[in-house]
Amino acid sequence: MSNVLFDAPGPKARARQRMFTIVGAVVVAVIVVLVVYKLNSAGQFEAKMWDVFLNPNVVRTLVNGLINTIIAAILSIILSLIFGAVFGAMRVSALAPLRWISTIVVELFRAIPLVLLILFVFLAYSQDMQKFFDTIGLTNVFDSAGLSKNLGALASLVVGLTLYNGSVLAEIFRAGINSVPKGQREAAMSIGMRSGQTLRLILAPQAIRTMLPAIVSQAVVALKDTSLGFIIAYEEFVRTGQLIAANPQLRNYIPMAIVLMTVYVAINYSLSKFANYLSTRQRRTTKLAPVNADQIALPGTVETLVDSAAGNPPTAS
Amino acid sequence: MRVLLDNLPSLLEGFGKTLGLSALAALIALVLGTILAACRVSPIPTLRGMGTSYVNVVRNTPLVLLLVLFVFGIPQLGITGDHVFALCVAAIGCYAAAFICEALRSGINSVHPGQAEAARAIGLTFTQNLQLIILPQAFRAVIPPLANVFIALVKNTAIVEAFGVTEAAYQMDSLIRDNPNALIWVFVGAALGYIIIVFAISGVARMFERRLAVAR
Repeated sequence: MSNVLFDAPGPKARARQRMFTIVGAVVVAVIVVLVVYKLNSAGQFEAKMWDVFLNPNVVRTLVNGLINTIIAAILSIILSLIFGAVFGAMRVSALAPLRWISTIVVELFRAIPLVLLILFVFLAYSQDMQKFFDTIGLTNVFDSAGLSKNLGALASLVVGLTLYNGSVLAEIFRAGINSVPKGQREAAMSIGMRSGQTLRLILAPQAIRTMLPAIVSQAVVALKDTSLGFIIAYEEFVRTGQLIAANPQLRNYIPMAIVLMTVYVAINYSLSKFANYLSTRQRRTTKLAPVNADQIALPGTVETLVDSAAGNPPTAS
Repeated sequence: MRVLLDNLPSLLEGFGKTLGLSALAALIALVLGTILAACRVSPIPTLRGMGTSYVNVVRNTPLVLLLVLFVFGIPQLGITGDHVFALCVAAIGCYAAAFICEALRSGINSVHPGQAEAARAIGLTFTQNLQLIILPQAFRAVIPPLANVFIALVKNTAIVEAFGVTEAAYQMDSLIRDNPNALIWVFVGAALGYIIIVFAISGVARMFERRLAVAR
């Protein structure tokens, strides 16, 4: 698109663009130099700020934090896929009460801040869950592996993430199911399949491919949101880093943030690229357009109660 | 239930702070996001590169990490005094700007290329093209994703409770810790507040969408 906004430049425009390119480069360079100068004059590049990252104990603690993050992310992604599949199927079901229940649940959990959900589960149930994990001995297993023994917090985080991401995934599933041409459902019904069979054997296998990019994007969101474990003192990646940086002799918050950011961007950026790749492949191989996570209906769109029954395409504008 | 009613003023005060925080952060995000979006569609490679890298870095970083960087990191650059609220606003604004930029860009991309080509054909420049042809049409397509960004922003402000800003989630947290028995009611009260805000935003967005809808 951006290439139709301007013509192929002629000599004059090229000269002008070259000038602006240089001006732009200078502006960017000035910003970078200012930031680096400011950081340097505040002593952020001194060796004592950075050499903790060569300390094997610090590195091991950080890696354990990252593993804690990844455990929480994997658990919540798997559970939210299940939650999303169940509630997504309910939202396209022919039974009105099932549709109502899942609409209410999905809309509710999408509108409440994730922090509130996690806090609520944590304050209400984390002690009981911790006791449960203590009794079945899982806490010891985690502790001896050097991971967080704060399993009550982990469970609260996973439950909160599952409720929220599962609700978003339910919307994505619904959009995916509705993106399958109407004739498929009608054909399945007319050869005598029940609605459950239609969904399982005809609609879902076709929809899953259109949904894959959106699901991967949602996985990135879930991975990022595990950092909310910070709030309930679950020793995930950001929390670990912050605890190390809080050392009064160290206080290297900026170097720490730069290191953590690099790791997060590396993981999430490659996942996003993977989602893009799936999306382009999808566009190439079939006639069904990929579901776009940005285009699922806004929270509180009550008319979806009606049109999901009729099997209309989602109101993506 | 009683606890909720008795403490309604402090909860409402918390929501006032949430709204203030969201409004200020949204303002920063809108300004910065628009500049970034303009950079990303511009013919100048350095600006495009800068916009793209900003979006890619910020979008893939958790907000909590940005908040740690702003709230704990920036005071180390020699800025003294208690600026936690302002730093939180700045962090959330910078975070949401990346998403605003992407929403605007997808809006620009949703305008039919023929429109831009026709505008070029009658001799409009890049700026005129954007100003007169593309942006007015993109605005319509941009409303739902933009509303999504604002909704996410309001919900994300709840994170700053971990940094001691006394907004709604903080009030809920401390109320529950003081009255463990009233846990459900306090949670319902706080959740209801957020739900009202979220539904208000999406209601306004739908109103705009209907008003600007053009039959084509």
